[in-house]
Amino acid sequence: MTTSLLIVQILNGLQFGILLFLVAAGLTLVFGVMDFINLAHGVQYMLGAYLAVTFVGLTGSFVLGLALALAAALLIGLALEFLVFRHLYERDHLDQVLATFGLILLLNQGVKMVWGAAPLSVPVPAFLSGSVPLMDGILYPTYRFALIGAGLAVGALLWFIVEKTRTGMLLRAGASNPSMVSALGVDIRKLFMIVFAFGTMLAGFAGAMAAPILSVEPGMGDTVLILAFVVIVVGGIGSIRGAFVGALIVGLVDTLGRSFMNDLLRLFMSAPSARATGAALSSMLIYLVMAMVLFVRPEGLLPAKGRS
Amino acid sequence: MSALPVPADAALPAAPPRRRPVIVLVLFLLLALLPVAVSVGLPAHWLTLTTRALIFAIAALSLDLILGVGGLVSFGHAAFIGIGAYVTGIMITEGRGEALLILPAILLLCAIFAAITGAVSLRTRGVAFIMITLAFGQMAFFLTQALSGYGGDDGLTLYERSTVAGYDLFGSRTRLYYAVLVALAGCYILVRTLVASRFGRVLRAARENATRVTVTGYDVGRIRLIAYVISGMIAGLSGFFLANQTEFVSPAFVSWQRSGELIFMVVLGGVGSLHGAIIGALVFLFAEDVLSGWTEHWKVIFGPLIVLFVLFTRGGLVGLLGKLGVARRD
Amino acid sequence: MTESRAREPVLTLTGLNKAFGALKVTDGVNLSVAPGELHALIGPNGAGKTTLVHQISGMLRPDAGSIHFRGTDITALTPEKRARAGLARTFQITSTIASLSVLENVALSVQARARHPLALFRNAADDDNLNRPAWAAIESVGLSERAHVLAGSLSHGEKRALEIAMALTLEPAAILLDEPLAGVGREEGERLIGLLRSLKGRYAMLLVEHDMEAVFALADTVTVLVYGRVIASGDPATVRADPAVREAYLGEEG
Repeated sequence: MTTSLLIVQILNGLQFGILLFLVAAGLTLVFGVMDFINLAHGVQYMLGAYLAVTFVGLTGSFVLGLALALAAALLIGLALEFLVFRHLYERDHLDQVLATFGLILLLNQGVKMVWGAAPLSVPVPAFLSGSVPLMDGILYPTYRFALIGAGLAVGALLWFIVEKTRTGMLLRAGASNPSMVSALGVDIRKLFMIVFAFGTMLAGFAGAMAAPILSVEPGMGDTVLILAFVVIVVGGIGSIRGAFVGALIVGLVDTLGRSFMNDLLRLFMSAPSARATGAALSSMLIYLVMAMVLFVRPEGLLPAKGRS
Repeated sequence: MSALPVPADAALPAAPPRRRPVIVLVLFLLLALLPVAVSVGLPAHWLTLTTRALIFAIAALSLDLILGVGGLVSFGHAAFIGIGAYVTGIMITEGRGEALLILPAILLLCAIFAAITGAVSLRTRGVAFIMITLAFGQMAFFLTQALSGYGGDDGLTLYERSTVAGYDLFGSRTRLYYAVLVALAGCYILVRTLVASRFGRVLRAARENATRVTVTGYDVGRIRLIAYVISGMIAGLSGFFLANQTEFVSPAFVSWQRSGELIFMVVLGGVGSLHGAIIGALVFLFAEDVLSGWTEHWKVIFGPLIVLFVLFTRGGLVGLLGKLGVARRD
Repeated sequence: MTESRAREPVLTLTGLNKAFGALKVTDGVNLSVAPGELHALIGPNGAGKTTLVHQISGMLRPDAGSIHFRGTDITALTPEKRARAGLARTFQITSTIASLSVLENVALSVQARARHPLALFRNAADDDNLNRPAWAAIESVGLSERAHVLAGSLSHGEKRALEIAMALTLEPAAILLDEPLAGVGREEGERLIGLLRSLKGRYAMLLVEHDMEAVFALADTVTVLVYGRVIASGDPATVRADPAVREAYLGEEG
């Protein structure tokens, strides 16, 4: 284990965490404000990536392709909200889980029919290709830095919206006390639609941004969705700050665990058994972290205020 | 008001007649006759498919105990099937294929896994409980993927089936079918008994009004944990049969989609009715079989069917049967 | 019931405090209930009566102060442990198991005190060890004819009576009654008052109630809570005459 490798892996962990944050931020608001469990959030991330593949390919421009992909992701999200989700807000969690599970089956398979089952990719845009030298001899891809930067910018924007605007005030109120918001005479339907559209955009954005560095394939949203759940549970439902902290914890623990678990275990055991145990342990690590957090704080690290 | 005093030895006022499970008896009778029907002309393929459906019915039934009766939407139930299947697979591979050794190991491991994950996840409610059980299920999935000595990603092929007390009980398709059917009937009676017991009454009451149950002096968390552990152990049994039928175990057994499918089977049949879980599993597997026969993209049809089912039906198939007067009171 | 005052109290609250943010909902409350005493707790809306009941039954933790029940400190106990120690309660918004019958609701309560409250394999519905005491309790609250009706389809007053039956079968040393007459029609209200009167002297009861007529007819002691603070406590006549009470509370009732 060298310092340079450690630095690179920490950056990878941060970048992964930022990606998770983008997915989890919208999802945690939907949970918190609407008490709605949307399993289909992961396929919206996947759609973002696929749409980026198509539109970047069509326009030949990453920025333009990204913008079109976002617009398309939003349209699809709104269509789903209109057709399915809004009929589920009043239902119990079981119905929500099942209906959105059905959507996952449809969209995962639908993507396979439209784009094929083989993994696709988006080229890294020319202006962000190349690497940035960190210190003597260590290079880190510019695009990944850009991703971290974009994620932080979105995080800051979210913070501003949630903490400083009227809509944000309603969101916070809704996350801690949903019945109060409707008592204030706010059009809950409209608020829900805004929250939902916003969450969809964020997930789509995360998917599109991930497209150049991850392989774009059916089912890519499922893994991210479950990690986003872990993030939300660790951070506290309905809390943007919690999602941020939770995402960084999950991103770092997972990345560092996978890279260094073997070396760590080799201090105590033989190389083959270290490899076997390391693989098992590192893939379980974030779930163990989640279990520990929940055991100490069932409501998560930074729960939305006033929510018990 | 004609308030009758109740002396200690007098007979208590009669309770209203209870619903008789006619439909359950008919169901099991039909299932018991299936091998006969296959021998006189039904497609042989039906026997294999029904065996598989009944194996999943065991798991769905166990899920109905916590989901339907207890009101806990657990999204990680496939993990227990996985434990059952992998313990079976690993022990057969290691030359310890005797069911009398495998089953206690499965029950013990499932109980431990359920006790630990249940203790953590039952500290939360609602959406958080769903997410946490899903996450623990995913943990089990990654663990099976990491079992590089036993197939890892690719899964583990078994070259023989378990023996039961030295006897090759699962050697023929018909014998395996009846073994599964008897196991399912046993599990059904067990779960039915639990639901009707004092324990079951408290579990049912807690689903509806946990506060009332708490101030009546019950530790709701402990009761739910007991149900969770029992449910996990029964699901482990289904994993044992699944490994023996398919002669193969793989991480796909533990995938979160599998957990979702189990939930759908329970809801399809009718939440909390127990025999609904069996009907749900049968309908699910036959529907999957028919649809996947039409097109490889059958999930494009199946997904929307689930959505429509959720949006437009309440009470599942058992509820529909009830409305049609099939499950009548006598 | 002055003679019961002399005995050791069943329930004692000492210096109880609870705040939600800046809002003090319980402010230095001292209160005790003697065996067999019916102690009424009155106060205007928002006085913190239900919050106090929640703290006694364990559903809320006080910020400071202590609660003693039958000589032991129960301040840190969970609600279910308090219930098992013999502290029963009813709810302002009735709380029963709607999909179970009246008999099953009461049997649920009976079995909590039985030797095997969670027996796994014996049928509970046919269990006379549970049904017999349940019938007796149903009898005593006048619900015999409704025993096999689902609790969810009872009238409001009947649900109140059911809650009381459930409390009685816990063999309680004290019962907390949170507005048992709220939302109940006149006729059913009178029946419930009769029921409470029949229980009087047999259990220590803390009665939160808005119906002044009922309170002054039933209570041995009346405590008045305003903004979380006890402003008067004593026998009904004294409290009724207290000028502070008249100003803060009774005045507005006319």
